This record gives sequence, C-alpha cells and structure tokens, in this order.
Amino acid sequence: MALNPAFVGRTFARPGTYVVGREKVREFASAIGDQNPACHDVDTARALGHADLVAPPTFAILLALAASTAVVKDPELGLDYTRVVHGEQGFEYVRPVVAGDELSIVTTIESVKQLAGNDIIATSGRVTDASGAHVLTTRSLLVSRAPDEDPA
Amino acid sequence: MSAPLAAEPGTELPTQSFAVTRADLVRYAGASGDFNPIHWNQRVATSVGLPDVIAHGMLTMALAGRVVTDWAVDPGRVLAYSVRFTRPVIVPDDEVGATVTVAGKVTGVEDGVAAIALTVTFNEQTVLGRAVARVRLA
Repeated sequence: MALNPAFVGRTFARPGTYVVGREKVREFASAIGDQNPACHDVDTARALGHADLVAPPTFAILLALAASTAVVKDPELGLDYTRVVHGEQGFEYVRPVVAGDELSIVTTIESVKQLAGNDIIATSGRVTDASGAHVLTTRSLLVSRAPDEDPA
Repeated sequence: MSAPLAAEPGTELPTQSFAVTRADLVRYAGASGDFNPIHWNQRVATSVGLPDVIAHGMLTMALAGRVVTDWAVDPGRVLAYSVRFTRPVIVPDDEVGATVTVAGKVTGVEDGVAAIALTVTFNEQTVLGRAVARVRLA
C-alpha cells in the first residue's frame, strides 16, 4: 500500500517531558548487562565530569521508539503496523543523557518510500532538555514488509 | 575525567561474546518498554513466520555498544552510534541462549574523535550492518 506522501515533513511533539530517573538508568544498564560504574555510581559519574549517572548510548530509545511508533500508527499514513520491523537506528549526541534530565522530543517524518514492495519510513527525533538545549538526535528507519515476503 | 584514549586506525577493541537468554529478553522488554510478543512468545513468533523467539534488535545494538563503552571507560564519550538490523538473533528456550559476538576496530581518527566499526555476529553470520560509532578520545 502506498504511503501518504503528505506526511513527509510533519512533526509531532511528544506530550509532556520524560524525566530520566537514576533507578531507570541503573535498570536499563543492568538489562543490557552494562556494569560500567558511570551508569550505576553517582560519585564515579561526577568524577568523570557528569552531573549524575550517565545513561548508556541506546537509552534514548525509550523516548524515540515510543514517539516514532505513535507517529507511524496514524491510520492516515497508511502503514500496516503489524508488519513493521525496525530497519535502522542511530543516535547523534550533543551531550550524554544523564539522570535528572527532563527531556522533550519532537519527531519528524523525514521520508516515505516504497522499495521492492516494502514501505519504508524514516523518522528523526530531536531531543532537548529543560533549558531547550539540543541533547541528541535519534534516527529510525521502519520497514513494513510486503505481505507475501518471508520475514528476514 | 578519565585518561585520554589511545587510538589509531587499526586499533582493535577487545572482542566480547554475550549470551542472550529468554530471561534476558524479558528483562530487556521490561526495562525498554518494548513488549512485542515476538521477543518472548514462541507461539506468536512462529505465527508471523519467524523460526522462534528473536531478540530485540535494540538489545543487540545495546550489547554491541558495550564493546564501545567498555573501551571508552566514560560512556559519555560516545558522540554517535548507529546500526542497521540485517538478521534476527534467534533465542532458544534453554539456559544457554544465543551467543552474540562483537568485535570493534578503529577505522579513523580525526580532531580527537575515533571512528569505530563493529562486527556483530550470531551463528557466524553478521546480524548488524553498518554498525559504527564515533568516540571522543579526550
């Protein structure tokens, strides 16, 4: 099914802010087996020059995937969400995410296209802190597989 | 601050292997909020044509990222990290799980930033493509 090209360039602000908790940083780090002291011990993080515990680089997926999922589930876009797989993911940091950050994300649909029967949608998410400063940008490529194709 | 990292093109990051069990997938689902049943329910996974339960791509990306952050000492040095999900990591219902092996190499150094390429394999096949990171050395 052809995606609605009118969605390209649309932006969506996630309602409210995401407050990064110390225990969430520890929980996420533990779930990926990451025992880096900067993710668990506040004194270590501060000795490295950070305000508080440092989140692992992929932590921001907590904001990014929920935001882009909400966007691509809009029925007017025309994406079959039941067939969507995550194609690519990237993070570009201005500074690391640390516990105590109060983050906002604005998601933009960068492109929609069809390739070999698959619908491909690229989104970016601009994450800012409470002062409005840019913290990071996330980039996601979501692929809706053509109905007759075997899953990868 | 931690000591500056030594890196030049060709510098290898210590290779690591990670065991991924069903319990790890459940734990990652809870921590990440990604409760897609293909990552914990064999019935659902096979009903959509997968051979078995598969790991979250983001978990594989996070494990591979540990090779970078362990080397970097300070995870805040990571300026960029991106991957392409090319093949699923299939996780059997046993105590051993799937083994994901991650090797990393510095491909270039410019303005105090190292470019790193990761090779991420499961069952001797790469599961992440174009897995690259940029890390501040000082």
